[in-house]
Amino acid sequence: MEYVLGLADDALVTAQRMGWWISRAPELEEDVALANIGLDQLGQARSLLQHAGALEGDGRTEDDLAYWRDDRDFRCVHLVERPQTDFGVAMARLLILSAYQNELYAALLGSTDGVLSGVAGKAVKEVAYHLDHAHHWVVRLGDGTPESHARMQAALDAEWPFVEELFTPADPALVASGVAADPTALRGAVLDRIAKVVAEATLTLPEVAPRLGGGREGRHTEQLGYLLAEMQHLARSHPGARW
Amino acid sequence: MAQVYGNDFGTPDQQPGRPQMPPGPADLDPETFVELLADEDRVEPRDDMPAAYRKTLVRQIAQHAHSEIIGMQPEGNWISRAPSLKRKAILMAKVQDEAGHGLYLYSAAETLGVDRADLIDQLHSGRQKYSSIFNYPTLTWADVGAIGWLVDGAAITNQVPLCRCSYGPYSRAMVRVCKEESFHQRQGFEILWTLSHGSPAQRAMAQDAVDRYWWPSLMMFGPPDDDSPNSAQSMAWGIKRFSNDDLRQRFVDMTVPQSEALGLTLPDPEIRWNDERGHYDFGTIDFTELFEVVKGNGPCNAERMAHKVKAHEDGAWVREAAAAYAAKHAVAEGAA
Amino acid sequence: MSTPPSPLWEVFIRARRGLNHVHAGSLHAADAETALRNARDVFTRRNEGVSIWVVPSSEITASSPDERDAFFDPAGDKVYRHPTFYDVPEGVEHL
Repeated sequence: MEYVLGLADDALVTAQRMGWWISRAPELEEDVALANIGLDQLGQARSLLQHAGALEGDGRTEDDLAYWRDDRDFRCVHLVERPQTDFGVAMARLLILSAYQNELYAALLGSTDGVLSGVAGKAVKEVAYHLDHAHHWVVRLGDGTPESHARMQAALDAEWPFVEELFTPADPALVASGVAADPTALRGAVLDRIAKVVAEATLTLPEVAPRLGGGREGRHTEQLGYLLAEMQHLARSHPGARW
Repeated sequence: MAQVYGNDFGTPDQQPGRPQMPPGPADLDPETFVELLADEDRVEPRDDMPAAYRKTLVRQIAQHAHSEIIGMQPEGNWISRAPSLKRKAILMAKVQDEAGHGLYLYSAAETLGVDRADLIDQLHSGRQKYSSIFNYPTLTWADVGAIGWLVDGAAITNQVPLCRCSYGPYSRAMVRVCKEESFHQRQGFEILWTLSHGSPAQRAMAQDAVDRYWWPSLMMFGPPDDDSPNSAQSMAWGIKRFSNDDLRQRFVDMTVPQSEALGLTLPDPEIRWNDERGHYDFGTIDFTELFEVVKGNGPCNAERMAHKVKAHEDGAWVREAAAAYAAKHAVAEGAA
Repeated sequence: MSTPPSPLWEVFIRARRGLNHVHAGSLHAADAETALRNARDVFTRRNEGVSIWVVPSSEITASSPDERDAFFDPAGDKVYRHPTFYDVPEGVEHL
């Protein structure tokens, strides 16, 4: 369940951050595109949360898990938690996340957990599009104007310390039984993919020390608490209510 | 003047700014044009048309497009706080549709020889308007329901006849918009239904939202026919098919039974069925509030505009980068 | 904002295999790749398509409404191009 929650929470928190962009994108067309990406991530999160609830076996629904867990019980990585109110940051983060999810879901196609492989089958097409979208913009911003080049590089620098946490080893038993995709095994392909885009964008891969993570064990950034407070407050104000 | 998505009209002391129009290919005289309309039914972009027809259309379509875009904000306000993941997904898809609808409409306006960037400039500088309904705040989750049920309901009542509007690109855009919007009103009704059948607090939230949104929704149809001097022209030109008051009555007739099904009270003690007329009677609308909102004194006028302008300005470097990249690579391809 | 307005593109969508691409609308984009992606997001949110073309609006040459009579009227009286023009004796099938 912890492993599935990790996947689910990455997607849920990403959807929550992406929702902020709707009505704030640089072009109307991009409002529509970012909403699509947010909706895909939200859809993945819902399927995964339902699965996590079923694995737990206590009858918790997707909403119980999304709205009634505290931040210490969330399992997302730090990468997705922080606000992303700069378009360059949003695209840098989307590039990193979708490059990772692309390899992840491709590997999960062969998961011995039938539900996980089913979710992966749908998600793998969605994140391929997210990766394409991020690629498209990172290249245009990197190789656009001097200002956009500088801003895109700064965005990449800002996100880069959070990349390593994506490859935190998963429960060895789950990997051995073929349920989980081994995150450490994804690392090479993910970094390779990102490096190609960064080169095409005339940007430089940052050389910065990775930050200490801890998200998979429930140790988060301070920003996650605010995100959850906003997301959960209405549901929690009306315990037991249907919506 | 035609009503489309609310306040396509000025306050009594102020007429809305007119867009700067490029001269049309030909200024057809209005009488020939009306005959031509009877003959052809639809006008297409490169046909000759009277300058006034072109001007009226540009202003109406632009305002309609602006309304879709500004309309993203009041509901977008609740995306982050939607009380279930299903509702969050529905709301994201709905607000996304509004951006899409704005795009369809800007495209329709562009077939008349204006540029979207100019129209957006005119919105930002206050020379063109958007529907005043979006200057009201969304204070609770139930407001999302009330906007779907009442505001989208009123908009659809206005928009369905526009699917047969005389200008081809506008009517085609409206066909698409109406088809997509059919889920918008239903999801709003469903939100209110769930709330009105929920806890006492949820029920009170629903009633409060209906109390606040009912009268502004009625005002979306514009001033009474007696005060709408340009409607006749728009009707002769086939831009408008029904008068403000007719559409308002149609909306009331549809909505009253729905409110009974919801078990919510519309805040008008004068609503009752009139057997003789075959319609519901309703109270007199106090338009002074609407005129205040149109003038810019509504609860959220300043915030809506500031939000829109900020998004546009914050995105400038991205648009510049896209243009620079395209130019660079067009040259590179040309050289290759 | 000094950015020049991005070019306009016409979008054509094939709804299903076996059908023609049909004009769906137009949109703005700095380049063709962006136009294609935007078209996917704007015009196929509800499964409306399996294939998309984008064409710069400025590249379209259109017939003029002024020439309409000269262009299209001559075809009006050539009724012999339609099968309904011909009499077939009763009882003759598969024709």
